Amino acid sequence: MTHDTASQALPKALILTGFGINCEEEMAAAYRLAGAAPTIVHLNEVLHGRVSIHDFDVLNFPGGFSFGDDLGSGVVLANKLRYRQTGTDGRTLLSDIREFVAAGKFVLGICNGFQVLVKLGLLPNLGGDFQPEVTLTHNASGRYEDRWVRLKVNAQTKTPTPFLSELTSFEVPVRHGEGRLVVPDAATRERIVALGLNCLTYAGHDDQETGTYPLNPNGADLNCAGLTDPTGHIFGLMPHPEAYLAGCNHPDWGMKKRRGELKDEGEGLAIFKNIVTHLIRRTQEASAPATHA
Amino acid sequence: MLTLSGRPVGRPSRLETTQHSILLTLQPGRHDGDGQRVAADAARHLGLATGQVRSAALYAVRYPGLTESQVADFAAACLQDPVLHSVAIDQVAAPEGFKSYILVAKGPGVTDDEGTSAQNALSDFLNEPIDTRTQHIFSKRLYFVEHELPAADLRRLAEELLGNKLINRFEVGAVADGVRDFTPRPGGGADARTETIVLAGLSDEQLLQLSKDNVYALNLPEMQAIRDHFAQASLREERVGLGLPADPTDCELEILAQTWSEHCKHKEFSAVIKYKNLETGAEEEIDGLFKTFIKGATIEVDRQLRANGNDWLIKVFSDNAGAVRINPESLFVWKVETHNSPSAIDPYGGAITGILGNNRDPLATGIGGARLLFNTNVLCFGNPDYEGELLTGQLHPRRIFEGVRKGIEDGGNKSGVPTVNGAIIFDDRYAGKPLVYCGTGAVMPMQLAGKDSWEKVILPGDRIIMAGGRVGKDGIHGATFSSIELDEAAPATAVQIGSPITQKLAMDFLLLATRRGLIRCSTDNGAGGLSSSIGELATISGGAVVELEKVPLKYPGLKPWEIFLSESQERFTLAVEPAKLDELLALGREMEVELTDIGFFNAEGSLDVLFDNKPIAGLSLDFLHDGVPRKTLLAEYVKPEAKEPAIAPLYDYTDTLLKLLGSLNICSRESVIRQYDHEVKGRTVVKPLMGATGQAPQDAAVVRFNFESWEGVAVSNGILPRMGDLDAYHMSAGSFDEAVRQIISVGGKLPNLTPGDNIFWSVNDNFCVPDSVYDPAINPDGKQKLAKLVQMCQALRDACAAYCIPLTSGKDSMKNDFKADGVKISVPPTVLYSMTAKVEDVRQVVTSDFKQADDVIYLLGETYDELGGSEFYQLYNELGANVPKVDFAKAKELYTLVGEANSQGLIQSSHDLSDGGLAVALAESTFGRDGLGADLDLGSLAGELSPTALLFSESHSRFVVSIAPEDVTAFESILGQRASRLGRVTADGQLRVQHAGHELLSLNTTDLRAAWTNGPVNQTIGLEPAALVK
Repeated sequence: MTHDTASQALPKALILTGFGINCEEEMAAAYRLAGAAPTIVHLNEVLHGRVSIHDFDVLNFPGGFSFGDDLGSGVVLANKLRYRQTGTDGRTLLSDIREFVAAGKFVLGICNGFQVLVKLGLLPNLGGDFQPEVTLTHNASGRYEDRWVRLKVNAQTKTPTPFLSELTSFEVPVRHGEGRLVVPDAATRERIVALGLNCLTYAGHDDQETGTYPLNPNGADLNCAGLTDPTGHIFGLMPHPEAYLAGCNHPDWGMKKRRGELKDEGEGLAIFKNIVTHLIRRTQEASAPATHA
Repeated sequence: MLTLSGRPVGRPSRLETTQHSILLTLQPGRHDGDGQRVAADAARHLGLATGQVRSAALYAVRYPGLTESQVADFAAACLQDPVLHSVAIDQVAAPEGFKSYILVAKGPGVTDDEGTSAQNALSDFLNEPIDTRTQHIFSKRLYFVEHELPAADLRRLAEELLGNKLINRFEVGAVADGVRDFTPRPGGGADARTETIVLAGLSDEQLLQLSKDNVYALNLPEMQAIRDHFAQASLREERVGLGLPADPTDCELEILAQTWSEHCKHKEFSAVIKYKNLETGAEEEIDGLFKTFIKGATIEVDRQLRANGNDWLIKVFSDNAGAVRINPESLFVWKVETHNSPSAIDPYGGAITGILGNNRDPLATGIGGARLLFNTNVLCFGNPDYEGELLTGQLHPRRIFEGVRKGIEDGGNKSGVPTVNGAIIFDDRYAGKPLVYCGTGAVMPMQLAGKDSWEKVILPGDRIIMAGGRVGKDGIHGATFSSIELDEAAPATAVQIGSPITQKLAMDFLLLATRRGLIRCSTDNGAGGLSSSIGELATISGGAVVELEKVPLKYPGLKPWEIFLSESQERFTLAVEPAKLDELLALGREMEVELTDIGFFNAEGSLDVLFDNKPIAGLSLDFLHDGVPRKTLLAEYVKPEAKEPAIAPLYDYTDTLLKLLGSLNICSRESVIRQYDHEVKGRTVVKPLMGATGQAPQDAAVVRFNFESWEGVAVSNGILPRMGDLDAYHMSAGSFDEAVRQIISVGGKLPNLTPGDNIFWSVNDNFCVPDSVYDPAINPDGKQKLAKLVQMCQALRDACAAYCIPLTSGKDSMKNDFKADGVKISVPPTVLYSMTAKVEDVRQVVTSDFKQADDVIYLLGETYDELGGSEFYQLYNELGANVPKVDFAKAKELYTLVGEANSQGLIQSSHDLSDGGLAVALAESTFGRDGLGADLDLGSLAGELSPTALLFSESHSRFVVSIAPEDVTAFESILGQRASRLGRVTADGQLRVQHAGHELLSLNTTDLRAAWTNGPVNQTIGLEPAALVK
């Protein structure tokens, strides 16, 4: 296999930036380290039709402060995706995303990107029609906060998202002022829990779910840190796995080093490796000759 | 078809424009964190019982032609969160049971990012291009208060917790009387007037009065120089020939005042100083502090570096920021600035503009387009628990603290730049003017589109392009304003509010444009606005012509000189080859960054400004930049009286240590630190707080440059203002050493120890001093203050030479006094050394916290009876006399040995000794992990020192380290006599310190940490949910 065909075979990750998004570089590094081919693109290049999301396998909304979070985190960006017409036929980027997901591709949103997916109705998408069903708003403290948290993967998720394959719990930093998930009513809550769409919850050192501050840093309903849609193709979370690509990002890496346990690679990379592995395996399965008995 | 157009807003009239309001309130039962926080803060800080407070967002929409139903659709689709909000159009009603209200609106012309974002949302929603560059949607906050409070209390709440009367407009009252609204109506008609000011024949008094009235901040010789310049017959004739009035225009005088301001020209650091040391009798004439001590030291250091094959010093003092080489591919760019005066009158606006303005320095160094890597900030405030009376115009230290903190939060977080290092120093002398130091590190490729990135080249014919935000009346006279002492009549226009989002767009744009080779070079629009940025760039090509009417404005009503001087933020001035212009403008449109061609560079030797083709200024560059008369200043050093206090020794220092840990200058800053994003970009390796608990304070930050290598940079700061009360020289030397040893502590290496080792160091010096110009009437102790500054500079020179560490940039702020009601509050002479050094492999650095039981604890370096200026004496309200002194040779030797031990990976934890001495350093080393303690005996420490001095002396150049038992022999063979073995790390969670058979300290480390964590800073700025606030 020549180098060219090898790089063609790499899963392609599209990473949107511009308008105050600011975690695009580490997200691209995450995909690169995970073995994918990332491309960082200004949102206007997509809106103006110069780049098509359909040329990619996974669409990524990184963290940051899109439009300064001025009208509520992620609101103005979600609004742009829903209403801004990308051509004369009335198409919007949301219509493209609809087709993208229908084609079995993947969408990831982190922090501000997660907020965009929620405000856009891509998560949790219980109704299947991309209408906002829950929201993310100001932390119970009313303050922005940067601290490391422990996350537990929900083993009850009916259709687990490949982003979280094989993971049970891990540590990552949260850095947000508006990360409190609010589920408006009991019925919605029951459906989310029944399907296990609340795929990540804040946990204590014992890996048990907790609502205690600061282990749950924002007071989220269901102690929820991340959501998936019912298909497992759309996934978003408040914490930042892309900020834990190296072992020495962890606040207690000094102790790991003292014990000889410090790894070059950080635990956050697993999420990106998971999706890349999944995409590669799927491509291989699709191209493998159907000779099994 | 609906057409929306930006129209100048004139007098309010229903016929002219229709205004609609949109009110978003939280649905019943939704958690209102903002409202709860206001109620809690009102009780805690103002002693006001408000009952419940309910917050709401209110928007005024003033696009002509927009119908009420369109407004309603827009509000429902774009502003309302259906899960949280109820929305009301054109009606403002209070919720049931709430009796008072406070409306917080922005004043005319104040940056309204939220309004602008709403305009963007409206444009997307309508799918129509509408004018989003000028204000048509105005955002406000509305607070409903449960109790019926008198208007005076509501106003106090508004002014002290919710906004600032310099930038906000408040309406308060009883709900029963109806909620009064306020929407700004900025500007009047266009005002193209330029006036001529006749200086000929003015007396000295009249010249000074003119300088004062117009905030020129020029002294008599400077005013006389300008008068004499314009009196030259040949010049007058020439001017008339060019269509200019013979006498200067308002625009010209303003340009001169800005360019000659202390802020821009550093006249006092350039002045001749006649210095007398009355202690030694020595007298000397100093040919400029900058030239003699700062530039002089760096030239000498550079010579030593180059002689040893270390040629990484690329650019010093000559651009917006200094640059050093990381490796053959990239440069590290480093700049630290202050933003003190604006922060005194509008803490939030002052600090956010400080951060964003400082970001623009590395961004606009050389060609421009560096990638920002991190921010730092060092803050000096008055005591936040101050209970006395405030002077007219003085803000409470707590408000300044919280406002500045919030400004740094938004400035850094919203730009996506991590805040990795900082310090907060409290001293009541900062209660008038706080010090707000902002630093930014960045990385720039050595080559940009085939050109040397650090060089600024401009050729005649290149276009002048203004990029970024529009121009308003904000920040007019910022440069001159910061060059005078503050008084109660501070001008409101000197304040600006930064817009991180506008700057982020411009930053993303610069990054691309410079890499595509579309920009010849760039500079920042900061103090002095266009007048200063173009005035400086013009010296490269030899002249410039500006067509001022082309500058886009936020609103009409600015006079030409105001346009030229305005310090409206988030703007860059670019020099662009005409052939590249179209491609550059297209990129700007694509990335939604406004670019305007406002003139061109030439080689005519002057700065020419036109408005509507009429010349309004024509100044020769020679006079503009070199015409300012040099000052001669007097300095006289008298050694202050000082003596050591008699404090009876104690047998048990447990209580003393707990008090120290809970003291203002030592206690935890966690609640502040956690509101700064310190790890965006994913490269931060040593953060301010580390360990399993996330509460072990660190000595220096460490940040990786990228994800492809393990190279990184260590970042520290040294600042010790209290020591200056005893001795300015040793204060400055100690501050420098503090910053160096912090970098050594985390595993950095001194530079130039081996040929070609390529370990760059880059230091910014920032002096902030009180008015040091002697005046028998208004500043009688000016000579002594200036003498202190001289000594601080002497120490700086000695320190640079001793460690072979170069200064690469810096700044001085010379008038840090606040005067009102006949009282003057002056800052203590303060210097901050902000230090950065290359780290070869970030995985090899060292954190401060003890790691494991049985590791052996050592004290490195020597302790002396140097309690002068210590935090220990501070507990007794004493200053003492024995100021800590740095022995540079011994320090350098120790740092070299520590570097060797680190090269062999022998050190498991290292914490430098500073405020509170050994006892505090030991306590802090236990904070990273529950259950670890330490068992120590100070008997091994040589000499006859008292237990008090052993525990609390703040002698410099010392560390507490822990070593794995198996590495003890190797470690001791390197460090030899410089290491004193004190004891070991234990697993019992107790800190025990013995000396000569006495137990000086014995207490649980959880209690130590609690005393530190529950200190006054975390009490003032709590993080916990407001519902839990007692």
